[in-house]
Amino acid sequence: MSEVSPDVQVQARQGAIAAAAPKPPRRSLPRPNRSWFGQGIFLFVLAGLSVLFVYPFVWVLSASFKPQSQVFDNRIIPKDFHPENYWGGDPSVFDIADAPVARWLFNSLWLGGLEALLVTFVSAIVAFAFAYFRFPGRNFFFGLVLATLMLPNQVMMIPRYLIFNHFNLVNTQYPLWVPGIFGSAFYIFLQRQFFLGIPRELFEAARIDGDNYWTMFWRIALPIAKPALIVTFLFEFQAKWFDLLDPLIYLRDTNLFTLPLGLKTILDSFGTGGGGQGDWQVIVAATVIATIPMIILFGFFQRYFVQGIAAQGRKG
Amino acid sequence: MASVASSTTAPGFREKARRWAAGFRERETWAAYAFLAPWLIGFVIFTAIPMGWSAWLSLTDYSVIQDAKYVGLDNYRFMLDDPKVRLALTNNLTFAMFSVPGVLIVALGLAMILNRVKWGGGFFRTVFYLPNITPPVAVAILYLLLFNGSVGVVNRGLELIHVPGPFWTTDPTWIKPGLALMNVWSVGGTMVIFLAALKSVPPHLYEAAAIDGASAWRRFRDITLPMISPAIFFNLIIQTIYAFTLFAEAYTAFFGAGTKSNQTEAALFYGIYIFQEAFVNFRMGYASALAWLLFVIIMVITAVQVKVGNRFVFYEGDRR
Repeated sequence: MSEVSPDVQVQARQGAIAAAAPKPPRRSLPRPNRSWFGQGIFLFVLAGLSVLFVYPFVWVLSASFKPQSQVFDNRIIPKDFHPENYWGGDPSVFDIADAPVARWLFNSLWLGGLEALLVTFVSAIVAFAFAYFRFPGRNFFFGLVLATLMLPNQVMMIPRYLIFNHFNLVNTQYPLWVPGIFGSAFYIFLQRQFFLGIPRELFEAARIDGDNYWTMFWRIALPIAKPALIVTFLFEFQAKWFDLLDPLIYLRDTNLFTLPLGLKTILDSFGTGGGGQGDWQVIVAATVIATIPMIILFGFFQRYFVQGIAAQGRKG
Repeated sequence: MASVASSTTAPGFREKARRWAAGFRERETWAAYAFLAPWLIGFVIFTAIPMGWSAWLSLTDYSVIQDAKYVGLDNYRFMLDDPKVRLALTNNLTFAMFSVPGVLIVALGLAMILNRVKWGGGFFRTVFYLPNITPPVAVAILYLLLFNGSVGVVNRGLELIHVPGPFWTTDPTWIKPGLALMNVWSVGGTMVIFLAALKSVPPHLYEAAAIDGASAWRRFRDITLPMISPAIFFNLIIQTIYAFTLFAEAYTAFFGAGTKSNQTEAALFYGIYIFQEAFVNFRMGYASALAWLLFVIIMVITAVQVKVGNRFVFYEGDRR
């Protein structure tokens, strides 16, 4: 597995470049069906399916503004508008004893942001070394990077916990961001493909101009690689925003929780299963809070999300 | 596969070693290792040591409070007779049988329509991608609400066409199909990969086929499918691994406070079982052994898929 065939490399490189270059989308191929009738049917089908995809969002947003007794009435417009689920009611999401939702939101934002920044920057340094430098051991270590991609998290999770436990770092937030200092294999792979696409002459010219290795990376490679860096940051931030397992393993104090773990806690204490009153309107409001930030981020950076995913597939 | 390094005429081992050592006289080599240092240190601390430790733990009885006690292969032997291992693996397999084909077929269908539509393609792509940016815990809550047997909107919808809906979230037989359906909702990422593959099929192939009078089905079977087979293959592997490592959705919906035992059995996926053994029952040794079994299972499944895939996957530029 350590050696990647040149074909695949070329494909992957094209993928990474395509993911990066913000050029207008290629005309869809095969050429769009010219018959109005066919197009009409397609649009009709797509519109119908869109309803299925969007409906859960609409349902949950609408339910979050309903009083408890109407949560399941399936109305799109609430009969009685009840914003107290968020603020000022009893109970309301931002005012629950033992459930500091605003705190969780803040924790998720800064932990995810910090970890993703670290991973992005450090992975870029390592990826640049693999892409540009010629040194003994390069193929071996790059093979090692690829090999670590195959290891499932489940194998690492127990000894990693024991390591943090040994240093008394369980029930702190360090385990959630410290590993970011060392970069991440997947993004090293992704960014290396990108750096390989930068013409070597650019670096040779810079060297003649008196650049050293670091300034070549900092002044030349990094600015060109900006799209790949953005993709890395977004994907890693999303992964942290989604993660339930690590917070579940490491965090005990509710003040330290991230949003996913907080949401699970709210579900357990307000849902009917955990002996709560079935205050689903509060659970639903918390779900809305956990969902909206990613939608906003996606709104701003949609192109990077989509092209980053597509580039992953092209490496297949 | 041709490797990049072996392009020079093969030198002897001693010559190779000499050249390798000579490399360390270059400044570039030291600079390179300085750049690699963060990853190398991280690899040792967070990958190499954990792997070794985990392998050792899997041969011990370890509860964190007491010292690890070496028990040889007992954990692995115990696994063979552990009914929960069989239960959990069956659950994952059942989920995979519903989820993997479901996701692949729906994703490909959506991508094919999006690829041919003239207006609004970008808009609909965004709409179909939205579930992918929804946190798994939130998806699990949506699942509990929408699939609720008595008040959920899924069963209300089924009522309209006079189909009595099952109790999706409480009836053990319907838990996995329900979770799989919810997973199909998140086809967006898979769809985007298919869409990119479809867009890269050269149009002249279709033009030639049209001249030859090939039917739509023949064009799909003999052009589209082979040309996008690497993407199908990639998605198949990713989706299968996902089905065998499923955690957050099932844990959120069925575990934690107030779980009922008939549901927890039906929703006890392997990842959840490892988590429980390690962090609820603190049987670190046994949990490590369970984790290594998962690793082996994933490797075997992937190897089989690669083996079978090699027969069907067509890589452009390959001569075969």
